[in-house]
Amino acid sequence: MIFSLQIPLLLLLLVTAAGAIMVKDLMSAVLLLGTYSFFLSVVWGWLGAVDVAFVEAVVGAGLATVLFLLTLFGTAPKDTRFRRPPPSLAVLIVFPLLGLLLLYAAKDLPEFGDPNSPASVHISPIYLEQSYQETHTPNVVTSVLMDYRSLDTMVETVVIFSAGIACALLLRRHSK
Amino acid sequence: MVEAFVAVFQRPNFLTFVIIFLWGFYIMVTRFNLVKKLIGMYLMQTSVIFFLVSISAKKGATIPVLLSTTEPVKAVNYANPLPHVLTLTAIVVGVATLGVGLALCAAIYRKYGSLDEQDILEKLK
Repeated sequence: MIFSLQIPLLLLLLVTAAGAIMVKDLMSAVLLLGTYSFFLSVVWGWLGAVDVAFVEAVVGAGLATVLFLLTLFGTAPKDTRFRRPPPSLAVLIVFPLLGLLLLYAAKDLPEFGDPNSPASVHISPIYLEQSYQETHTPNVVTSVLMDYRSLDTMVETVVIFSAGIACALLLRRHSK
Repeated sequence: MVEAFVAVFQRPNFLTFVIIFLWGFYIMVTRFNLVKKLIGMYLMQTSVIFFLVSISAKKGATIPVLLSTTEPVKAVNYANPLPHVLTLTAIVVGVATLGVGLALCAAIYRKYGSLDEQDILEKLK
């Protein structure tokens, strides 16, 4: 891992996210969102999470963009409202407050890349050290996903199945 | 006060997470176009996943695929695999919910002929 690449990659993420938010044409916004997903998968590859990077490149940058584009081809591709009314007082109070609270919590977080951070000391060393003896798979992510937490993965497929049923029911054309 | 600022700038990943999360949430609340709201929702989801994955990184560690299967493994040399597994599930479920949201958008457009929230509210009256 090369940690000097951190700032340029994070800036790329922020710029593509800002583009996806600020562009008026929805088609360009969706394509910029696909770029954002792809840069996100690059960042994850750089952080050492290769499996997550693959999934994001296929599902996030590929499938999500295709779903957005299919919806836009079926509906209106323009954001019709160019002048918006100013946001309400509650929004102006709540969002800066939420941001300040989140940033105030930053000093309690572990340092970036700290091997002794709380997330890395409790159970994950056990997975890393014993998974090959117990599951005979060199890739620890696969052995945790498919062996230790296979029930979790099975219920995830139930969620995807019900999402597919919901889409099919919503998009069904009524016969007249 | 100064300590808090230094703590934030020592964690640029967390700062990026906060910016993208709050911006996506703001877009969800304030914009009227339904597809724009879903873009904000997608940004929120991926920013939280980004935060979880950046917790799993360790300095000087490699990807969680064992280099040698015969020698005993030192956990310091590999990135933490547990957040990776949890976020794999979260990405796929997030895109599934996004698909349901977009299908709802298409159904609304078929019935009301618009994706603008206020147009739809006027037509509902």
